[in-house]
Amino acid sequence: MLYREAGDFKTTYVADNQTFPLKLDRIGFWITMAVAWLVIPFVINDYWASSLLVPFLIYAIAAIGLNILTGYCGQVSLGTGGFMAVGAYACYKLMTSFPDVNIMIHIVLAGGITAVVGAAFGLPSLRIKGFYLAVATLAAQFFLVWLFNKVSWFYNYSASGQISAPERLVAGVAVTGPSTPAWAQYLICLFFVTLCAVIARNLTRGTIGRSWMAIRDMDIAAEIIGVNPLKAKLTAFAVSSFFVGIAGALFFAVYLGAVEVGEAFGIQKSFLVLFMIIIGGLGSIFGSFAGAAFLVLLPVALKWIGVDVMGWPTDLVAHFQLVIVGALIMFFLIKEPHGLAQLWRLAKEKLRLWPFPY
Amino acid sequence: MSADFLYGIEVVINGLMAGVLYALVALGFVLIYKASGIFNYAQGVMALFSALTLAGIMSGQVPFSHLINAIFGTDIHYFGWNVPVLAAIILTLIVMVIFAWGVQRYVFRHLVGQEPIILFMATIGLAYFLEGIGDLMWGSDIKTLAVGLPQGGSRFVEDTTAGLGGDDFFGFFIDKLDMVATVIAIILVAGLIAFSQYTKQGRAMRAVADDHQAALSVGISLNFIWVLVWSLAGLVALVAGIMWGAKSGVQFSLSLIALKALPVLMLGGFTSIPGAIVGGLIIGVGEKLFEYLIGAPYLGGATENWFAYVLALLFLVFRPQGLFGERIIERV
Repeated sequence: MLYREAGDFKTTYVADNQTFPLKLDRIGFWITMAVAWLVIPFVINDYWASSLLVPFLIYAIAAIGLNILTGYCGQVSLGTGGFMAVGAYACYKLMTSFPDVNIMIHIVLAGGITAVVGAAFGLPSLRIKGFYLAVATLAAQFFLVWLFNKVSWFYNYSASGQISAPERLVAGVAVTGPSTPAWAQYLICLFFVTLCAVIARNLTRGTIGRSWMAIRDMDIAAEIIGVNPLKAKLTAFAVSSFFVGIAGALFFAVYLGAVEVGEAFGIQKSFLVLFMIIIGGLGSIFGSFAGAAFLVLLPVALKWIGVDVMGWPTDLVAHFQLVIVGALIMFFLIKEPHGLAQLWRLAKEKLRLWPFPY
Repeated sequence: MSADFLYGIEVVINGLMAGVLYALVALGFVLIYKASGIFNYAQGVMALFSALTLAGIMSGQVPFSHLINAIFGTDIHYFGWNVPVLAAIILTLIVMVIFAWGVQRYVFRHLVGQEPIILFMATIGLAYFLEGIGDLMWGSDIKTLAVGLPQGGSRFVEDTTAGLGGDDFFGFFIDKLDMVATVIAIILVAGLIAFSQYTKQGRAMRAVADDHQAALSVGISLNFIWVLVWSLAGLVALVAGIMWGAKSGVQFSLSLIALKALPVLMLGGFTSIPGAIVGGLIIGVGEKLFEYLIGAPYLGGATENWFAYVLALLFLVFRPQGLFGERIIERV
């Protein structure tokens, strides 16, 4: 009734090709953007920023990155944590080596460095696939974490082996370091999320995205119709790692402030991001957001229900969280392999006919 | 012989022993992979879970006691008895069979015919689930597993080999537990091979591994075979869990050995039982030797974490099917 395409006529090709073809979707998108940019920065406080919004935005970037590789190009990666670490350490080295350059540039450069590293570790994908490739990325994960632990040049020879972000300003406001206001943390993450989402969305419906999807659906057939697998796979690795690197840089510089590589970027992080895209929906930008929101919210919600309402001990709730996450992964893979994004699509289908289904 | 050379040999022997334990985990993978094409990431967590269950049953812990206490406000932890080792092992095996049935009935039956990578991700979910259940049932504190296996270095080996080197060589240090583990692993592998060659169920299992549909058409129940295979994997996991648990305590890191088994399989091939064993030995020796010769002196140590993966990676590029695996043939 409310949500439908009837009467929404397209008179130009541009109008027909836009990201949100339905007017209602466009309105919804702009309302979301307006709330995110104009309302939330004024009402945000430290708790909301540090436990929900900032991790959500950062994980959303990482999930978009992994979704490009796994969801769009079909190459499963278990090295997300390691690539996030590359982004974080690249950002740290740039921040401390060139203190006068704007942090935004450092973050983008950190993404670029991660893209190069990611493409290098993506080279085996030309010969192997499936879980063979997953093991190859696992090698990246363990090797990179070990590297950042052992080579003290990466953490500027600090005694603790940790890296901690010095204070950097954007337009006169601190965005890293301990005195950062919550809204600045939020806004810088939001800026990069918006940027990444727009880039990813447009890449995936262009030539590159289509060649990724062709490789995912059937690589041999794709090769026969003229998709260059070398180019498609390596660009997928590079673009994916670029986003993951930005997420890692933000995670370190803006969100945590100080990290120890094994703890912050271990194998668990790789699985967390993989779970986000499985639950959210493989091959969907919206799904990356949904999955990130879901897995950031779940522990907070469970802790609230378990510890605050029911009065259970925290470790018990943590165990429950493992059980629930594991069960959800299996449930989604069995019942809805396309995740929350598919549920949302189905809901929209239903809404088109509501309230008069056939 | 110089002491350095002898220490090198000691490293190799210890690597072989560690490799046996990797091979034990890898064996569980191969069993399931051959029969159902599922790459079971949860194998390591199954080892953890079975070791937890064994330790819990032996000390007479009440399952889910934390949960029960939290819900009903009670304060129960132990039944107040100790179960003898053998009975506890049998009870744990029963638990693992029930688990195998549940996994088959509620998860993988619904995923038959899916792509391997989907199945793989499902087993990652299963690993999380099982880890959470294990912690809920028995608590997450580190448990010791005293099943009466010998501990510590073997004085006998140390004394008899001390004369080989000069004055600064004190004999090979070899853990007794590792020696027992090696013997048990050999018995287990012999048993598995005998089972699959000479029993009716074993033959059915091999038939399923060869060709699902042909096996189905001659009247073999796929569901039964899959439950059987998961139970066998549970048995292997239990043995591995006992060994690793007795070595370093029953704790979460136990489940990470599953990750070590991945490169073992890359080397040995996914479908070969001898491959799993040889691969385990190569990885065990390789990472210890690399650490001893190159890692510790030149790279700052702790190379054991990644050496196996990088070795597997190199292998993948040149021989993707592993040493003993079936050739991978792709058809459009």
